[in-house]
Amino acid sequence: MRIPLPFGMLLDTTKDAPESVPSGTRQRIVRVPVPGLRLVGAVVALVVIALSVLIGVIVVGGALDGKWYDFRDLGNTMDGLRSVLPECVLALGETCVVTGSYVGYLASAVIGGTGVLSFVGLILVLLVWSERRLLARFQVRRGPNRVGPFGLLQPLADAIKMMQKETVIPRGADRFLYYLPPVIVFIPLMLLWGAVPWAPKMTYADINVGVLYLVAVTSLTTLAIFLAGWSSNNHYALLGAMRTVAMMVSYEIPISISLLTIVLFTGSLQLTEIVRWQAEHNAWFAFLLPLPLFTFFFSSTAELNRSPNDIAEAESEIVAGYYTEYSGMKMGLYLAGELGYATATSAFVSTLFLGGWTLFGLETWIPPYVILGLKISVVYFVLVWMRATLPRFRLDQLMAFAWKYLIPLSIASVMLVALEVTLFARWDVAAIVPLVLFAIVNYVFARIAMRRWATVLGYQPELQANHPVMTSGVGGLRAAQALRQAEGAR
Amino acid sequence: MEHSTDALFGGYITVLVAIVMGAILPVTALLATRLLAPFSRERNKGATYECGMLPIRRASTSIGMRFYLYAILFIIFDVEALFVFPWVLTFADSPSAYWTMFAFISILGAGLAYAWKKGALQWR
Repeated sequence: MRIPLPFGMLLDTTKDAPESVPSGTRQRIVRVPVPGLRLVGAVVALVVIALSVLIGVIVVGGALDGKWYDFRDLGNTMDGLRSVLPECVLALGETCVVTGSYVGYLASAVIGGTGVLSFVGLILVLLVWSERRLLARFQVRRGPNRVGPFGLLQPLADAIKMMQKETVIPRGADRFLYYLPPVIVFIPLMLLWGAVPWAPKMTYADINVGVLYLVAVTSLTTLAIFLAGWSSNNHYALLGAMRTVAMMVSYEIPISISLLTIVLFTGSLQLTEIVRWQAEHNAWFAFLLPLPLFTFFFSSTAELNRSPNDIAEAESEIVAGYYTEYSGMKMGLYLAGELGYATATSAFVSTLFLGGWTLFGLETWIPPYVILGLKISVVYFVLVWMRATLPRFRLDQLMAFAWKYLIPLSIASVMLVALEVTLFARWDVAAIVPLVLFAIVNYVFARIAMRRWATVLGYQPELQANHPVMTSGVGGLRAAQALRQAEGAR
Repeated sequence: MEHSTDALFGGYITVLVAIVMGAILPVTALLATRLLAPFSRERNKGATYECGMLPIRRASTSIGMRFYLYAILFIIFDVEALFVFPWVLTFADSPSAYWTMFAFISILGAGLAYAWKKGALQWR
């Protein structure tokens, strides 16, 4: 019997099914090519190509320069809405109580908020899948591939399953405080995603103290985590929460100091302004400030509780850390929140260090949010890569790394960069000359200072690196498949 | 982008709306759990998780001393970072600003070195 399934799959019960299948075993899903699917694919590809050519023609023709329907920057739509609104919406006698621009801002806030919310929801679903698939690839497994095409519907299935699970509240818990943290964890996530500039006008909350806002909002999660650990009345949870708070608090300082170096160059705390500076000088801060990039990225993994800094939920030591007593959807919310923070951080790394929505002039052709999306995926891939590769730090090592290594180095780099900026303001040549010089100086400084300071603190490099041997010896998924085939043949 | 009071205010209206919107997603998820999930009262189910043993004492008793030391250090350095932010924005105006901040950060660095020497950074 052949039962058609969506996405071109067939549940084939006749083929490959041995007679002696005991009842209750899973039926094998065999992908049988559906005739006509190839034709549909060709038509879709043709339509996509035609659309891109059309878009190119429209963009080159200059037909949509900042109009409300200019899809390259969705912020134009909001501007259009604001321009339509009257000067005064509600007047009491002579005085205008509610101005048109106020209503416009409120309306665009609600529309934009809905947009950001649905974006966060969508990205969480995609992320759970991509992270699991990637980790599986790193570990020479296949990962979720049963639910939907390529296992894409797996996160949805997980969410539905989690909603159906009972959430147990431990007897000794402080009930009110126990309910709060899963909600509190999500609010800063929304605030963070709202501050990301996606295009020149497409920023949900373009705050003029953006960098400070970023530092402030990221530290809000600390509160939720400690609440969770304290209220659940569990030794593991409290230990996990204390560890997390100590760690987050320590890594807060390298983050803010490394952000200082960027602000030194731009002279503005606004995120859109920082992106504009990088576009104007054709210089990404990743090239200009390699040491702050490292500091920011590594400290962010600590703030995110991700490997190599995931001691907060070190399974081998303290069960699940601060959410030991949480079950069902509440635990799901923590997990989802963590993933959301990981992407938000990738977005901020791309915005602050990798030029945001700009790509050396290409942003006039490609919609800027597509460029930023690509950059975010690259940074996120690096995060997953780190998680799959690096072992976990011990708690004392982690704290020592922040206080003895990152903080002195980042303070030194701030003073160096301040000197450079003084020079930059007074040197009367084309900007490219000092910038290239600074990039080289900073790179050399980062290289030497990191190595020397590590040696001072007692780091001894391995005499012979053993990693290359491992990679060539194991050889990844292909080698494993070849091995399996060879074994099957034998 | 116009820099009127409206624009300034508008930035924070969106933040306010974002807080409300951010609460929607988890609250709906928790409500869905309330409606969909089974629910039963059973005394032993609510016992604190402790790897199969009965827990001794309440968990929320005391917090280690070393966390306190780190908290103090954090406050000092975080205030320092916040203090440097305004300097960063204005220091290009005067030539002496660099050396002023250099002296300030050196004093702070001496403080860190002292804490290090005293063993406050040692996790015991």
